Amino acid sequence: MKQLISFIQKEFRHIFRDRRTMLLLLGMPTAMMILFGFAITTEVKNINVAVSDASHDERTRRIINALAENEYFNLRETASRQRETERVLSDGTADIVVVFDENFDEKLTRGEKAGIRLIADASDPNTAITKINYTTSLIKGVESDWATSTPSGRIIPNVRMLYNPQMKSAYNFVPGVMGLILMLICAMMTSISIVREKETGTMELLLVSPVKPIYVILSKAVPYFVIACVDVLAILLLAVFVLQVPLLGSVVWIMVISFIYIAVCLALGLLISTVAHTQVAAVLISGVALMMPAMLLSGMIYPVENMPVLLEWLSSAIPARWYITAVKKLMIQGLDISYLWKELVVLSFMAGFLLFVSIKKFNVRLQ
Amino acid sequence: MNNAIKINNLTKKFGNFTAVDNISFDVQKGEIFGFLGANGAGKTTAMRMLCGLSVPTSGSGVVAGFDMTTESEKIKRNIGYMSQKFSLYEDLTVWENFRYYAAIYGVRGREIATRTTGMLRELNFYADRDTLVKDLPLGWKQKLAFSTAVFHRPEIVFLDEPTGGVDPLTRRQFWELIYKAAESGVTIFVTTHYMDEAEYCDRVSIMVDGRIEAMDSPANLKQHFGADSMDGVFRQLARKAQRTD
Repeated sequence: MKQLISFIQKEFRHIFRDRRTMLLLLGMPTAMMILFGFAITTEVKNINVAVSDASHDERTRRIINALAENEYFNLRETASRQRETERVLSDGTADIVVVFDENFDEKLTRGEKAGIRLIADASDPNTAITKINYTTSLIKGVESDWATSTPSGRIIPNVRMLYNPQMKSAYNFVPGVMGLILMLICAMMTSISIVREKETGTMELLLVSPVKPIYVILSKAVPYFVIACVDVLAILLLAVFVLQVPLLGSVVWIMVISFIYIAVCLALGLLISTVAHTQVAAVLISGVALMMPAMLLSGMIYPVENMPVLLEWLSSAIPARWYITAVKKLMIQGLDISYLWKELVVLSFMAGFLLFVSIKKFNVRLQ
Repeated sequence: MNNAIKINNLTKKFGNFTAVDNISFDVQKGEIFGFLGANGAGKTTAMRMLCGLSVPTSGSGVVAGFDMTTESEKIKRNIGYMSQKFSLYEDLTVWENFRYYAAIYGVRGREIATRTTGMLRELNFYADRDTLVKDLPLGWKQKLAFSTAVFHRPEIVFLDEPTGGVDPLTRRQFWELIYKAAESGVTIFVTTHYMDEAEYCDRVSIMVDGRIEAMDSPANLKQHFGADSMDGVFRQLARKAQRTD
């Protein structure tokens, strides 16, 4: 036991004395949270809109006013002619042009159909769709005001965003960043710290000594486990107090599921260290084999539901996917732990299996 | 029993390649035994088997009183090891390195402090105990590495080309440390490339192509081969080698 303590002490010294490692371990989570939270948002702001209004009546004015007042829209031109549409879009003055039919108000009052055309710059199709959706819902909102005053009884779609009413993208990124950071710290740093001992030759010395292999593994794992827990807490605090992400579920369960996920990552790091012989190789392997899939296939950036079946299957093998889903459910949807049994079982199984394999492999290498 | 190491018909094969081919020898307690051979002659493989890092294909041996094949854990507790790949932690201080290696071998807490103090005083290095190892010159690092290897008072210490890359003066000082350890009863098993160092050994063995071709005291070997230095002896034997690197 005393032996183990002095081992762990030594690992902590390695970490604390290396400023770059410290910066990576503690600065990176903060930097990533702030980047993802504020800069890299998928929500659309500042939609530049131009209006071509040939009707100039009460109703069109109300819609235009609604556009002008809304914080998401910048009204750039109000009197552009229909033939200028293309010019406004191509020179970037506007992302969307709203074109009203002639005699818009008259037609509606007479009970005829009156058209509004939305023309969007679709060179970036995803944001174009989002912008169109925003505009449509805004127009529908104005329309619903009329509906209350006239008893025409038409159906007004009422769109509501669940779980993230303001469509804040930081909400979705918090679990993703947690999944990524923990993978980085536990898997990559653990493998690097073991491989470094191989490189410097100190591992050989440990091998000829009477140290039990499990002690070597534990002494490498414990410091990163502790730091990972600190990072989870730091991310949660940043999320709640800086990014104003609601923390609906139980913090205890978030920590529990994080522990299991950390165990998975540590086992992966150990596994990499048995394969890699240089620190560079360890970084490359963990980058390509762990970080890339964790970013692309975990649902952090691209929703799993939208993937081709084959990739969806593949994503089931990625621990980060299960972890991120679980944290989303707990944190943002505020679900009870009983909705999480699947993620819990899968992650626990992964942790058990990987720990078994990696410790076995590590022991074999020591022989 | 006066043998620190006793090896019988030790063989190690990797597939079709016989790295160590049926070698037998013994090393007396307190002896400085030089284990020579060209690169690829099999001396590292043989040494790894003695340290319990590698399991022999066939043959048997007793190291520090324990059976090589069945009691490798006990052997590990009673040997020290220092490799050419320098093995102190660069980002720890001298003192921390000593404490770490002492803990590996289960030396007791109070004992660690007294022994470390004693050793560093002897080396005239006590004042620098809180210096990071990376700030020390190579020669010092090697002397300290040797001190950590004998810190737990092993019966045998294995030195794998311990003086690689150091200047002759530091090598000379290093060998003084080895002599001092041997005087206190530690058996020294050392591999080296430097033939002048072979002269310092009580006995040397020379491996060629996995077999031990000659084993005796340096004086006897020189007489037998009619050479005036160990270098001459080594050249005559190495010429027979069939293997190339």
